[in-house]
Formats: sequence, structure tokens, C-alpha cells
Amino acid sequence: MIASPKPDLVTVNIDGKEIAVPKGTNVIEAARLVNVDVPYYCYHPKLTIVGNCRMCLIEMGMPAVDPATKAPVMDPATGKQKVNWIPRPQIGCGTNVSPGLHVRTTTPMVREAREGVMEFLLINHPLDCPICYQAGECKLQEQATGYGRGYSRFVEEKNVKPKRTQLGPRVTLDDERCILCSRCIRFSKEIAKDDVLGFIDRGSYSTLTCYPGKQLENNYSLCTVDICPVGALTSTDFRFKMRVWFLKQTNSIDTESSVGANTVVWSREGVIYRITPRRNDAVNDTWMSDSARLLYKQVKADSRLQAIRVNGADSGLDMAVNAAATLCRAGSVAVVGSGRSSVEEQFLTKKFAAALQAPVFLVSRVGEGDRLLISADRNPNVRGALVTGLIRSLPAARLTELGAAIDAGRVKTVVSIGEDLVAAGLSAAQLSKVAVVYLGTHANPTSAAAKVLVPTLAVFERSGSFVNQQFRLQKFHQAVPGPPGATEDLVVLSRLATAVGAAVPAELGQLWKTIAAEIPALGTMTFANLPEAGLLLDATPYAALPFAEGETLHYKPASPAAA
Amino acid sequence: MPAPAQTRIIFQHIDEPGYTPDIACYVRNGGYEVLKQAVKRKPEELIEEVKKSGLRGRGGAGFPCGVKWGLVDRKSGKPIYLIVNADESEPGTFKDRYIIHQDPHQLIEGTMISCFANNVKQAYIYIRGEFPHGARILERAIAEARGAGLVGPNILGTNYSCEIYVHRGAGAYICGEETGLIESLEGKRAYPRIKPPYFPAVLGLYQCPTIVNNVETLCHVKYIVQHGGEAFGRIGTPGNTGTRVFCVSGHVQRPGYYEFATGTITLGQLLNDVCGGPLPGRKLKAVIPGGSSAKILKFGERFKGKRKVGAEMVDYDWGVEDVPMDFDSLGMIGTMGGSGGVIVMDDSVNMVEALANINAFYSHESCGQCTPCREGSLWMKKITTRMVHGTARTEDAALLKSVADQIPGRTICAFGEACSWPTQSFLAKFGDEFKQYPETRNAAKRNDAAALI
Amino acid sequence: MNLKPATLAQIDDVITHYPVKRSATLPLLHLIQEDVGHISDEAIPWVADKLGLQPINVYEVVTFYPMFRRQPIGRRHIKVCRTLSCALVGGYKTCEAFQQEFDTGLGEISPDGEVTVEFVECLASCGTAPVVLIDDDLHEKVDVAKAQQLSAQIKSEAAKRR
Repeated sequence: MIASPKPDLVTVNIDGKEIAVPKGTNVIEAARLVNVDVPYYCYHPKLTIVGNCRMCLIEMGMPAVDPATKAPVMDPATGKQKVNWIPRPQIGCGTNVSPGLHVRTTTPMVREAREGVMEFLLINHPLDCPICYQAGECKLQEQATGYGRGYSRFVEEKNVKPKRTQLGPRVTLDDERCILCSRCIRFSKEIAKDDVLGFIDRGSYSTLTCYPGKQLENNYSLCTVDICPVGALTSTDFRFKMRVWFLKQTNSIDTESSVGANTVVWSREGVIYRITPRRNDAVNDTWMSDSARLLYKQVKADSRLQAIRVNGADSGLDMAVNAAATLCRAGSVAVVGSGRSSVEEQFLTKKFAAALQAPVFLVSRVGEGDRLLISADRNPNVRGALVTGLIRSLPAARLTELGAAIDAGRVKTVVSIGEDLVAAGLSAAQLSKVAVVYLGTHANPTSAAAKVLVPTLAVFERSGSFVNQQFRLQKFHQAVPGPPGATEDLVVLSRLATAVGAAVPAELGQLWKTIAAEIPALGTMTFANLPEAGLLLDATPYAALPFAEGETLHYKPASPAAA
Repeated sequence: MPAPAQTRIIFQHIDEPGYTPDIACYVRNGGYEVLKQAVKRKPEELIEEVKKSGLRGRGGAGFPCGVKWGLVDRKSGKPIYLIVNADESEPGTFKDRYIIHQDPHQLIEGTMISCFANNVKQAYIYIRGEFPHGARILERAIAEARGAGLVGPNILGTNYSCEIYVHRGAGAYICGEETGLIESLEGKRAYPRIKPPYFPAVLGLYQCPTIVNNVETLCHVKYIVQHGGEAFGRIGTPGNTGTRVFCVSGHVQRPGYYEFATGTITLGQLLNDVCGGPLPGRKLKAVIPGGSSAKILKFGERFKGKRKVGAEMVDYDWGVEDVPMDFDSLGMIGTMGGSGGVIVMDDSVNMVEALANINAFYSHESCGQCTPCREGSLWMKKITTRMVHGTARTEDAALLKSVADQIPGRTICAFGEACSWPTQSFLAKFGDEFKQYPETRNAAKRNDAAALI
Repeated sequence: MNLKPATLAQIDDVITHYPVKRSATLPLLHLIQEDVGHISDEAIPWVADKLGLQPINVYEVVTFYPMFRRQPIGRRHIKVCRTLSCALVGGYKTCEAFQQEFDTGLGEISPDGEVTVEFVECLASCGTAPVVLIDDDLHEKVDVAKAQQLSAQIKSEAAKRR
């Protein structure tokens, strides 16, 4: 674990409360630390500050000093140093703390300013809240409760702007709802580096638009929906599907690469409706890719495996474990583990392979990184396999070595943890020479060829942890139950290991005791006390390995070879 | 008391028969001699002269020019830019037009002296798009000056080089706001920047230290360097030094431009003696003394208080006609000298309709960036237009005032004030006319007054 | 883009006036409008490409500044000042007179194709109100009679051309 350098602290006074905050903190964030809410729309902690919504106006003052002597001017009434209050309100977002800064957020001046801004934002905003899919997470609606008038003084015609514009394949725009905060424009420019959004026309008639003929179609387009404070930008996939207040939120991790973006899975009664990013300033800030949001669709895919099968016939877990154990006890076993398995599953895989003294293979997946939140390594947990000791060197993309061993007759049984052996390079001939035990979620040539087939769970249906490219151990939680016929991976692996002589628990809490005892790097941990924001492990033992990742958000490759 | 005589410094040659905008004419009249003297002096000395002069910016805010120059970050190592704000757009103001069209070299000389004083290597003249000939005249004048070694590399044989380019706007009032102007010059929508942190003196054009000065201000600099800051300070009154060009428009007999030593003429002298008073058969009703955003004054109202004269505080009791036309006096009575645009209205004008005209202007010109100005300016326009052309309600007066009160002091730039002050002051001074408008509207329409909206 | 060689030369020259190319956005739009008459759909990506920008950057600018037109206009552009000083002395009547003379509405091309009449905000010549900008030329104290006279002049020039 790496300690951050102690930042310079600045003491400020917010609504009478003194607090020391790091230099460079703005008033909104400083206030948050003392539980003072400063409302805002345009401010976003990960975007440049423009100060255009004017909702975060606060009253500000500095301690009075005599201009000549620089001595503090005291207030005889209180015995404290006098404060010179600035007569006009200032924006909290654009004001950074300075020593002795005083802030008031509850004065009539502040209240009137907020009420004024609220009224102005609402006069041209449609009153379609009952059918708006931002309901439940609309900042305008939320703050109208606190600062709205409750009635309208506006008797003029509202401005008319385009409705239901398809900005791109995944984002729908309602310009009448737009409050012109420019967050989406700044995101596209500054983060996604895809400058396609902008305002056209002027004044109150300013209109958000995508350049005609272009689309907001980059792989981060849905982040604009996340940060839109109102219902102007909505997800074409999610709108009109479900009210957000009915949804359960479960913390998860994006599995599409070794970045391990933190996410929230939104579900109701066992059905996932959407995935959104979860803020982690060390990993993904407040962003995630569009492609990762669609991963939940695999849960309901037609190709989902639903039945345990042994030698082609439907079977039960006991029989499947017995059949697999029998095959394994005959010797000449190879295990194909997975960089997609969790740390816990990889640990069990290792115990199982060790009991059989079987060689372990992993399949690497390397693509091109997008420099943002998709890294070159498309396995979420290769580093977990290193930390658990499942592997010692980085895996190859093809199972050529395993193929050769099969051809040489040294391997008779292959146990694959979710990897399609054909896709990983084994030929049909090689596959026909071995007995396959397959644990997996979706049908593929390997599941079709398996002698023993045990359907397992998708990432949203189980809990565990991954180690991302930064060697940050991050946990994910079960959001929905698995389909009938599928068994939790940990249960299957624990049964298999036990059957071949390595008794290990399947339950996460118990399992972590074993893991902590056997793996010094994870020695002090339990699953329960692993923070939701993850925990940085010591990467130095692996510094020499030529990892595939290039630079992405919050990650710079350690070894020059990888860059 | 009769009006004093004009003191023509800046407008010395405007409308002078035979005076042409070419360099030969300018040089014949002593042009560029001041620049020749200036480049032999130390830049700091020139800045000191400007500070001593007490010159206040002529664009609208009246900020002391020497102080503005003093704020420039000279240690950043970045280039310093100077931008001439020739985006004259405050309604009622038309002084720069004459300087640019008739005496462009005066501006160029003032600009070059200011650039030399501030070690500026690149200056831009941001000229409003509605002056196409003005832009061409300036370009021609710059080319002439360049040919004479007065602009460009190694001017007048010195080591000092400075280029000037003309940059045309395209019809946006907000470009008169200096950070909006900078954004526009950078090729963007003219959205004013938040201050802090984007003070032009530190983070201006291309995030470099930048000076933005009005056309008339830079012409004064030439005069200051020629005669010295102290001599300039003796013109006008303390705190309001030099001359002021007043642009008078609306309902007077002789509208036009007039240049006086600042503070030496009262509003009444200017309108009655200089401009010939009201049109035949009319009475003056109201006047906006510093461009259309300045708060309106009502003939007949009185202003009382104490003011500083020398070291003493003396009582004043002024009617509108008695107010000296300087920054401080106009500020004291709740309005401003602004850009020097004086708009006069006589008793044919209905104030609801006049305000509707002004509100249409500001809502059209609001950049739309920040909420109070964007929404407030259009709302006020919709109310006043409806009052004139649709249904006028008695409660509209109170509503208008309340909407206007929600804008100033809460916006990114001073446009918030500019768009709300007219409504606030019209309501404060002519509130009854607004309240009675539902009844008087149709009667008002029957007279021969000009349509205003 | 079918621009005249002179325009292209001016474009290349004006870009050198700025350390950051983007600054040349307004100058390029002016030059193109002067050459072609308006800012067409094709002009926006052309300017963007010329200055290393995204088309949206140029589109945002074109729509912010009222002097840039997205559509062709009549042969002459009559801009009547609408703002207070001109209105006080008859600017609205002046504007109506031009519309009547050419039988046209605001912002339209007149039926004879000769003019587009527009109401614009302050032209900064309030002392000689009402003022009218016809193409690049300012006309002062344009009352109804003078508006009719200017219209007649435009019409007679048009007749000569035919």
C-alpha cells in the first residue's frame, strides 16, 4: 500500500464550522466535508469549471486586516477577528479555498440567489416530469423541492426546441429539458476526446446539438446521460423501461478489461435494467464505457447453459463431480484456468490443480487499449492469477503448448474453467483426443464436446474479487440470482478440489480465511473488510513481467517494454 | 450658466474639412511625433505618466487605465497582448466610429505607444462587424504605418517590434465584454470567462497576460505621453481627468458628438445649450446618461446628499439638469457615465414601450451562457412585448421588477447588470406608468409617437 | 468549396495573423461569406479542416454571430437599426417603408430578388438616427422619404442591369 504525500491543508470556516481541507479544494467540495450541501448543476468534479448555472452561489468573506499594519481587526462584540463579507454572492465551484476563508450558505442572500436561479431554470423547462425518465434522479426536480416557488409566475409562451433527437445509437436528446449546463459538451471534448457536441444559436434559444451528419457514438456516449443533471439526455436502451426508485443497486466491476472500472448494477426482481459507473478516483473517476454497460445482456442470452450434463445426458451436481473426479484420478490432467475468474475461483483452481499435480494454462486476451477505460488486456483478472499463484508467468494467447502435450499423449483430460478451448487454439482433432470437463456459462464448441458439463454463473450472479492492472484488489457482489440449473463457480470448484483430495471451503468468508493463511500478500484481509474502493497490493514482485497494457486513465505502464 | 466651450482633443480633426484618413494628412498635422519621442523613453516612464494622468477607461466601466496596466503579469515569461476594443456596441454610443473612420492613425499611434510601454509585440484591433469600411480603413492605415516603419519590425529603427492586425467581429454585443471579446478573438462563441481565475491581465488571450483598452482610451494615451500625465490631470476635475466625448441621441434638436473637459459640463447644459433642447412643442421626459444599460433619469426628480469637493464635504441638491457629467457624480445619483452615450426621450415616449425596446436588445444579445441573464433577459422581453402587443396586466410592473432583481450580481459578467438596470430603473422612476399601462395603452397608441417595439 | 483564388490567398494570409489557428475562424467565415454570399453546409467542415478544428466548433460560432447567414439573401442586404435611439426617431417606420417598397417580409428575399430587409441591433451611429446599412454602406437619417428614395435607386440600378 502506497501512502499519499500529506497535502497542504488550509483552514476555512463554513457556516460556522472550521475545517482543514487540502489546498486547491473548491468551496462545494469543502462544504461537502462538513455536510453542508451546496446545490449545483454545471459543476462536475471531473470536468473543467465553467460556472454557468449559478446555482452554487454562496456568501464569502475574508478575515479583516488593517491595510496599513496588516494586523487583524477584531470585532469587539465577539472578541474574534472581523470578517469582511463580499457584498455579492460568489460561485462555490469556481472558488478555491484560501486560508481563513469564510463561507455562509444559509443567509437570505444565498437563498434568494438559489431561488432566483431555480425559477429561471424552470420557466422554459417543460412540465413533463410525470413522463420523464430522469424522474428519481433529476437534480432540477430535487432542488425545486428546496428552492422552488411551488407556483409559476411565468405566463408567456415557453421556448420551443427539438424533442426526441437521436444524438447517436444510444443517446436520446430532449432540447426543451436541457438547462445548458454544458457538462455533456465538456465531457465529450475533455474526456472522450470526441468533440461532436455543442451549442448553436444564442441566449435562451441556445440549443444543444450534435454536428449534423455526425453522431454521438463514441464508446463513452452514455456517460453524458449519467452526468446530465436533468432529463435532456437519456439512455435509449433504458428510457421507459423502469422507474429508478424501484431498482436495487449492487456494486460491481466492469470485466471487459484489466482496468476494472467500478460499476453499479441496477436490478429488480432478478432482472438487470442498467449498469452505471461508480466513482473511484483512482480507477475510473465517474466514467465507464458503453460496451461494459451492455454486458448484462449476456445474462439472458439464448446460449446460456442451463443443465448439468455427463456424457451427453442430463445429470446432477454430485454425479458430475464424481464423473469429473474419476476422470481426473486417472491422471494426465491439464487445467485451463481463466483470467476472467475471480481471485477466489483462481485460488480454488490452483488448489484443485495442485492436488492433481496438473499443469495450469491460462488464455490471454490482448487487444488494443482505448487509452481511457479499456486496456489492452481484455481479461479482468490475470493479475489475480499471479497473486494467487495459479500462474507464475504471463499466459499466451493460444493453447499451443497444451495442444502439443495432447498430441504427445501426455494429457488425457482437460478441465476448463470457462475457457473455450477451440477459440483458444485447440484443433477439433486435439479436442477429440481428450476428455473435457467444462465449467461455463454459455454454449460453445467446448461445452458441446464436454464429457462433464457444469453450468456456472455470470459475473452479475456471483460475488468475488478481481485484481486490476494497478494491482488493485476490488470486489464485486451478486446482483441477481443465476438461472435454474447453474451452480456457483466456487461451489463447483470446491467440490472438485475436495473430491481430488484438497478440502477447501466454498463460502466466501470461510474461503478467505484459507486464502489469507496461504497467500502472504493477502494475509490481513477478509472479504468483508475489503473496501468497496479496492485495495492496492504490492506490485513489486511482478515488476519484471511484460504486461500488455499501455497508458489508460489513472494507469501508466511500469515497464517501458509494455508502452 | 452657459455651457463651457468644447475641448477637442480626441475629436480635434473629426469632420474637419479637408482632413483625410491617410498617413500623409496625419503626419502633416503632427502625427507620429509622440511615438517617435515615446520610443526614446523607458517604458516604465510611460506607464508612470498614464498612472499620473488618472485616465479612466472610456469603454463603460471607467476603470483607471494605469491601474489596469499595473495589474499585468510581467513575470510569467509569456507574451503580453494588447487588444483594442473597437467593438463599440453599447446602444447610444458612436464615438469610436468617427475616430476609426476619420482619424485612424490617431488610434494606431496611441496603440503603438501603449504597446511599447507594456512591451507588447502583438496587438489586435477587435472591430465590430458592422464597421466593414472601418476595418478596411484601419487595415489600410496599418499598412501605411508599416510602410513608414511605425508598425512592424524594428519600428523607427529601434530594436522594438510590434505588429497590429485588425480582427472583425460579427454582430455580438457581448464581445464588448473583455473576456467575451478574448474568447471571440480565439475563434469561439463569445462566452465571458469566470473571474477568478481568468483575469485578462494574467490569463487573457491564449492564456497570456492581456490588456484590453477602448479606442478612445488609447487615443488619450497618446495625448498623455505628449503632454505628460500631470498636464492631462489638469484637464477636467480630480478623479475625472481629461476630456470626455459625449454621444447624444434621441429627442434633442442637435444630436451628435461633443467633447468636453470631464466634469465641466452639466447634463442640462449639454442637452439644452449644446444640443438645442427638446424638439419643438415637446418637453424632456427622461434621459439615459451612459449607454442604454445605464439607469434612467427622470426630469423633475431631485438628488440630495453630500459630496467631496477638494477636501471638504459639501451638500448637493441637484435636478437632472444640474448633474455634472462625470463618472463620480453620475455614480452618486445612482446611474453611470458608462460609454458616454446619452439617450434623450421627450414626453411623446411611453416608458413601457421604451423599455420593451431595450429589453428586446438585451435578450437578443445575451450570450446564453449563465442562467440569470439568459432566462431573465428573455423573460423581461416577453413581459414587456406582451404588455405592448398583447394583454397588459397591472401586476406586470411588480413582476418585472422582481425578475430584474434576480439578475444583477449573480452572473458571470456585467451583462447581468446591463440587462437588468434598465428594467429596475424604469420601474423605480416610472412605476406608475407601468401600473397604469393596461388603461393608458390604447390611448397612448393613438398619438403620433414612434413605434418602439 | 468553390472559392475565388483571391479569397483563398486572403484566407492563407489571415491564418498567419494568429499564433493559434482557431482564431482565424471569424475572419475565414467573413471571407467566405463575402465571396459566396452565405455560409453553406459545405463551408463549415471546410473551415474546420482548414483550421484543424472539429466541424461543431465552427458550427457553434456561425450560429452565435448574427452577421453570418446560413442561407442566400437578396442582391442587396438592407439592415435597418432597430435599437432605441433609431426607434425613437422612426426606425420602425423606416423598416416598414423598405418592406413595402420591395413587397417583402423581414429576413426574406424580396419577390424581385433584389433585397433582403432585416432589422438589426445598434449600428453605432445613434446621432444620425435612423440609420440603415445597405451592404457595407451606412445611410444616415433615413426617414420614410429617404427610404423610398434609396429603394428607388436600388430599383433603377436593377432595371439598368436587366
